[in-house]
Order: sequence, then C-alpha cells, then structure tokens
Amino acid sequence: MSSGRCAACRYLRRRCTEDCILSPYFPSNNPQRFVSVHRIYGASNVTKLLLQLPTHLRAEAADSLYFEAQCRLEDPVYGCVGLIFMLQQQIHAAESQLVKTQAEIAVMKSQGQNPEAQQAEQDFNNLLLQQSDNDAALSFPNQVSSGFI
Amino acid sequence: MRSQEARSTSSCAACKLWKRRCTPNCIFAPHFRSDEPKKFAKVHKVFGASNVSKILIEVTEEQREDIVNSLAYEAEARLRDPVYGCIGAIALLQRKMIQLQHDLALARARLSLYATTYSAGISNPESHRFRTVALGEFPVACGGFMDSFSQTCNEVNQDAHI
Repeated sequence: MSSGRCAACRYLRRRCTEDCILSPYFPSNNPQRFVSVHRIYGASNVTKLLLQLPTHLRAEAADSLYFEAQCRLEDPVYGCVGLIFMLQQQIHAAESQLVKTQAEIAVMKSQGQNPEAQQAEQDFNNLLLQQSDNDAALSFPNQVSSGFI
Repeated sequence: MRSQEARSTSSCAACKLWKRRCTPNCIFAPHFRSDEPKKFAKVHKVFGASNVSKILIEVTEEQREDIVNSLAYEAEARLRDPVYGCIGAIALLQRKMIQLQHDLALARARLSLYATTYSAGISNPESHRFRTVALGEFPVACGGFMDSFSQTCNEVNQDAHI
C-alpha cells in the first residue's frame, strides 16, 4: 500500500488517496522535485495554487514552481529574478550594439552612393526577402506571455 | 510601568496581519513596513511566512532586503500569472533576446557588406557570406529547460485572451 504513495505524501508521511491533487505532478520516482517545491512554497500553498487552476494547466504550473524553487535554492538572494535581471542586461547590451551598428551603416551609406554598393545592397535585400519567405512557415508568435515586465 | 510604545502603530505588516505584538527582534519588521501591507500579504500568500522567515534566517542581514524584494517580485508575478509566474516573463525576455541576436547579426552583415564594398571599390557578389554570421556573441541565459515553456506560454496565453 505504501509503495503507491506519491512523493508528496511519502514526504509528508500521510496516506496518498486516489484524488491526491499532488500525485500527478510529484511522482514517487522523483522525490527531490517535491522536496524543492515544498522547501520554498510549502505543500499547503502548492495545493491551494493547483486547486485554483483548471486541470489541464496544473502540470505546467507544477513545472514552473519547480523551476522557480530550484532557482531560489541555487540563489537564495535573487532566485529566478536574477535570471530576469541578467536577460534584461543582455537585451540592453544587444540593443545598444544594434543601434551602434545601424548608426555605422548610416554613416557608411552617407559616405558615398556608388553603383557597386547599391547593387550589393539590393542583392542583400533580395537575399533577406528569400529567407523571410522560407521562414514564413515557422513564423514564431510575438504575443506577450506576461504583461508583468 | 510598561512602556506603551510597543503597542503603538509601529507593528510591521506581518504582525499587523496576524494581529500580534511586533517585538523588537521581529525578523519581518525591517523589511515589511506597516505602510506596505500588500507586499507582505502577497509574499505570505505565495511562499508562506514560515518559509520566508526560514530563508531570511539563513542569510546575512545585508542580504535580507534584496531577498525580500525578489520574493515580493516573484510573488507578484505568480499572483498575476498562477500558471507560469516569473517563468512567463523569462520566456518573453528570451524571445526578445533571440530576435535581437537575429537583428544584430543582420545589421553586422550589412555593415560588413558596406565596409567591404567601399574599401574594395568593387561589387561584392559574396552574398552567401551573410548566412554564416555567428549569433553566439550573446548566449541567451537559461536555454534548454526554458524552451518548452516558451512555446507553451504562448499557447496558453492565447487561449486566456479569448
């Protein structure tokens, strides 16, 4: 009977019922997953959170809680917020580089419009168009997943 | 005679919520002021006060303010998006970063084209060079594990907006 318990119920030393809300997301073969989540959020909070979600979203929620818990355990001060800061810094650096490069292009263009350069640029633009047609089937969505940032 | 100053409105947000006396060594008091009740309420709802105090006890006092602020940030994100929390924001930033890498590679290729053409003074038919521009200068933080969230975040949030 005890071998049928999920990781959560095993850790909490309680009987794992058939309708245990945690068992689909914290299987007994990965006890560390529940331990991490429990340490940061607590089983009670995790249960409440999952209960308020429709069933088809609970697996993703459990995975994201685990990811955030792991981040927090590895970096107790910043957790996954440290990742957000790092990405924001990378984006800022890349944007600066892009602006700088575009400015250099503008300078180059203004320095002289000769037929060879114009032809080369046209070839380049045609190439981009071809690649963009090829990529149209892949078209990754641009929708915002979270309005928090 | 006991001073009544301890019973004034100097209770921190945590002790106010629990309607208890806020002691001088209350671990929450320096970080959850009484004028920020929502901050503590959100952190408590997501993490639980007990877990928060355990985290705070394990670090130095200098680090506690940063911890509290990052916990508040995560709690806010989780309450706004109970499925993905901060992961949603991370996925969004990753996508933005990948797009920027792409744009930067193209811009550099274009710049290289101009530099080559102007310096050589001849037409540059080597357009195939542009395909090989590297994207690796800005490796995006936390790749593999996040890839599955990135795609699913979009699908779920498209459904949510219907």
